[in-house]
Amino acid sequence: MALLAFVLTLMLMLLLVIVVVYAERKVAAFMQDRLGPTEAGPEGTLQPMLDVLKLLQKEDIIPTAADKKLFAIAPILIFAAVFAGFAVVPLSPTLVPAGIGIGVFYLLAIISLDVIGLLMAGWGSNNKYAMLGAMRSVAQIVSYEIPAGLAILAVVMVCQSLDFQEISYQQGVLMNQFLGLERESNWLFGIEALGINTTYIGGVTTWNIFRVPIMFVAFIIYFIASLAECNRAPFDIPEAESELVAGFHVEYSGFRFAVFFLAEYAMMVLVCLVAVILFLGSWNTALPNLGPLRLADWTTGTIGSWTAILWGGFWLISKTLVLLFVQLWARWTYPRLRVDQLMYLCWKVLTPIALGVVLLAGIWRLLM
Amino acid sequence: MEVVKYKHGFWDVVKSLVSGARLTWQHLLSAKNRRRPSHVAAEDYFKQPDGMATLKYPYEAIPVPDNGRYRLHNEIEDCIVCDLCAKICPVNCITIESVKATEDIGVTSDGTKKRLYAPVFDIDMAKCCYCGLCTTVCPTDCLTMTPVYDFSEVNIKNMIYHFSDLSPEQAQEKQLLFEKQQEEMAAAKAAALAARKKA
Repeated sequence: MALLAFVLTLMLMLLLVIVVVYAERKVAAFMQDRLGPTEAGPEGTLQPMLDVLKLLQKEDIIPTAADKKLFAIAPILIFAAVFAGFAVVPLSPTLVPAGIGIGVFYLLAIISLDVIGLLMAGWGSNNKYAMLGAMRSVAQIVSYEIPAGLAILAVVMVCQSLDFQEISYQQGVLMNQFLGLERESNWLFGIEALGINTTYIGGVTTWNIFRVPIMFVAFIIYFIASLAECNRAPFDIPEAESELVAGFHVEYSGFRFAVFFLAEYAMMVLVCLVAVILFLGSWNTALPNLGPLRLADWTTGTIGSWTAILWGGFWLISKTLVLLFVQLWARWTYPRLRVDQLMYLCWKVLTPIALGVVLLAGIWRLLM
Repeated sequence: MEVVKYKHGFWDVVKSLVSGARLTWQHLLSAKNRRRPSHVAAEDYFKQPDGMATLKYPYEAIPVPDNGRYRLHNEIEDCIVCDLCAKICPVNCITIESVKATEDIGVTSDGTKKRLYAPVFDIDMAKCCYCGLCTTVCPTDCLTMTPVYDFSEVNIKNMIYHFSDLSPEQAQEKQLLFEKQQEEMAAAKAAALAARKKA
């Protein structure tokens, strides 16, 4: 069973990564009035697959002066750290690779391991650009874990749970079917005094950004911080092609570079999945029940049957793809921040706002 | 000098972020259009503001102008082997050898009488500077510039274009015929001279 979950999660991740790599090239091209890949397969759809095949055929070069052990292990460690994060992501009401009660905490902890891999790659390469890239990367990721962590903390305070699956159930019409939430109910904007019960309305009204509107601010903070955590533009200072060649992975080639590449895109997918689960209703439908129009019930399925799994997977993946598109959109729109601007944004803007959000979320919880 | 003032307020920043995002979004939407590969002289050449600008080159190409100067072509049937092109060429990329014809070899398409064979008529396109002087001096308009510009080669020797329609054997034969005729003429001349002396 564990092996099956492993294989399925790996497949899902690889599929999403391939879609994102292709989408990135096409979206970038369209935004810049270009065509993007057109030759390999219909409309160039085979391009990402062929790129990976090309990378696997290339020579795995290890520089003479490199610290060979660190150099060899680093990409695998980074990928393992990111992939381990997928273990706690619930894919549908009944399908979760590892349904542990402290999923959120585990995820934050395991993703932080990524930093060690980056530093190993940068140090092990014995190259000034790789070293600088790794240092910038670590400084950036460690800094941005604070606003991201605070935004997640706000969600955890509101949901009173560290379990991704429980947080997911709270954001939809299936809430009362989760063990321990039978007597809970959702109120419009999370204010019981308004007297509008949204437990069986579901849809967007029970998503965290709607049922506790302050979560919208937390979501924006988390999204910005997550861009920085996966080294995406406009926070791609560690890679900065124009200054650092490619940052920490400048010395890597062939298979090991492919692993870095995969880990980077898997990280993008993971942070978007987490954003969807924590803020955008997880695998819950976007359509609310409106009187006789039982849109939420129709697009949720019944727990225990295939319909619930398929609908859950559909909503989770499609919401994730929308967020991934926003990531691409931001990359091809905004210029890179300077290091000082990056730190200013983190410590002087996002962190104070995130602290305020945590306080407000605590107060809001008292109203629920 | 006027100092540029940047707007630093929170809402100014948000506004500028949104306007940037809107700009790329509009380009994404207009990506359903494509620029047409129209001729440089066409009305709409500068009036296609949106859509994807990439030209799928081997599949489509912008037509070349009539006076474009690209690969040379020599119509050897019409060539009178006058050597004017080789003489005017500023980079000496044209090599011509000629053999006088012993018999009547016809006329060119514009009625000029041909008197010379060209065993060698080579143009080295790798040396050519595409000035077009050779085409202006050509008396029979047999040397022209074609619209072909995509003719790169892996081996540089293939950049030398051979336009002669004579095989080396045929050239040898024509040369022998010419030498024989010269000898005969010389012999006839000598005989005539001897006859005059005798008389």
